Amino acid sequence: MRPNRVAAIVLRQLDLMRGSPARVLPLFVWVAIDIVLWGFITRYLNSIASPGFNFAYTLLGAVLLWDFFGRVMLGVTTAFLEDVWSRNFINIFATPLSISEYVSGLVLTSISTSLVGLAVMMVLAMLVFGLSFFVYGMMLVPFLLVLFLFGIALGVFACAVVLRLGPASEWLVWPVPALLSPFVGVFYPLSVLPAWMQFISRLLPPSYVFQGMRTIVLGGRFSGLTLLWGGFLALGYIALAAAYFVHVYRYAARTGLLARYSAESAA
Amino acid sequence: MNPVLAVDALQKYYGSKAAVAGISFAVGSNEIVGLLGPNGAGKTTTINMILGVLEPTSGTILIEGRNVNSDRSQALARTNFTAVYATLPGNLTVEQNLRFFGRIYDVKQLSARIDELLVQFDLKALRKVKCGLLSSGEQTRVQLAKALLNRPHLLLLDEPTASLDPSAAREIRATIRALALHDGVGVLWTSHNMYEVQDVCDQALFLSHGRILLAGNPKTLPAEHGKASLEDLFITVAREPLTLEVQ
Repeated sequence: MRPNRVAAIVLRQLDLMRGSPARVLPLFVWVAIDIVLWGFITRYLNSIASPGFNFAYTLLGAVLLWDFFGRVMLGVTTAFLEDVWSRNFINIFATPLSISEYVSGLVLTSISTSLVGLAVMMVLAMLVFGLSFFVYGMMLVPFLLVLFLFGIALGVFACAVVLRLGPASEWLVWPVPALLSPFVGVFYPLSVLPAWMQFISRLLPPSYVFQGMRTIVLGGRFSGLTLLWGGFLALGYIALAAAYFVHVYRYAARTGLLARYSAESAA
Repeated sequence: MNPVLAVDALQKYYGSKAAVAGISFAVGSNEIVGLLGPNGAGKTTTINMILGVLEPTSGTILIEGRNVNSDRSQALARTNFTAVYATLPGNLTVEQNLRFFGRIYDVKQLSARIDELLVQFDLKALRKVKCGLLSSGEQTRVQLAKALLNRPHLLLLDEPTASLDPSAAREIRATIRALALHDGVGVLWTSHNMYEVQDVCDQALFLSHGRILLAGNPKTLPAEHGKASLEDLFITVAREPLTLEVQ
């Protein structure tokens, strides 16, 4: 893997962002609005609930973690979609750039863009709504790591779906985080879900994060092993997503879809 | 001496339909080979397979001895291309595009190379202009600059002068000829301009229905087949391929 080629993918995104508010603002504006909205909701809930319990740690913390996951996933797909929108596939894939270099570039782009969103959310949540991350202790880092890994896996999978189904399928990608949120128990314990939903929840790494977060906030003991399982699951999904992307790329090269991508079909 | 490009028994089938039906040819250093044929003859399919964006059904493509299918990155490192259907991202400036592709091709002393190409293709004044704002002729010049970034040993040009005015087209032809002559570049050139092909190419391959029907020196081919000009020969290939000898 040549670092120069991976860097090319990342630096191209920076070039696109320079002087493009339409690309820069979404990095932090929507997540900031979410934090403000949920920040006020938690304030209101704190004012009517029995004293001593701070909803910020469960609700606002959950929103922050979930938005971070969404930013990671969309960070990968948005970087990929830039090549879809500019019809750049032939130019890109007729170079020595390998698939692993290309996908690594997308992932690195997502790391940098999602960190911007995370920083803005943390500052807002801490300074405006008094959310202290010390409540989560050292577990905050593995929480973020598991969500990050699963966000990458889902982002790569979404890129493969768009590559396979054509440019219009990007609309299938945007709502994916919202689609998953009922299953992973962002705001409620998994025990409230029906059995079939709980089964799906157990397959989704974020479920372990939110379960752990709530347990810690409510003063319980949360086993790091449970979260470790979530991390392994996320790594497994990354491997599956990468394999699927390579499979779809080969299909696209074999059928001619890659060379005639805007037609959305090889036939 | 090994050719820069060696294509052997190359086939591409979509179901039972042949887009390229078993063609073999080679492009040597210092050589410009014209790939001619009517629309749908298989020229772009052939170029896409050489570029690795389309997988052949069978056959081999070797670039400087490296197989495009099994050793893609190495084979394409000293290859480049320009095509009318592959415009550079319009939301990046000329310089940003060249820098992006320069990094991918791992070009040494990239800034100096970009400066050199901007001068060569008269693009200095357009350096900070987004490619989407350029005229089609200017875009072609940027694409050619991108195609030469990595000092390719094999250059694939799919109708490179199609959107250029006669004066700019002549300059581009002279540039490509000089590259082949002095820098040892092998060039595969598709064009519908038969005068251009006669002027530039050392060899011409006539494709029809995915097969090479004729191959030879474009200056002598018409007379060898009883035609007054290369254009007459082209029209015969396009309309009555069966009257010509199959390769």
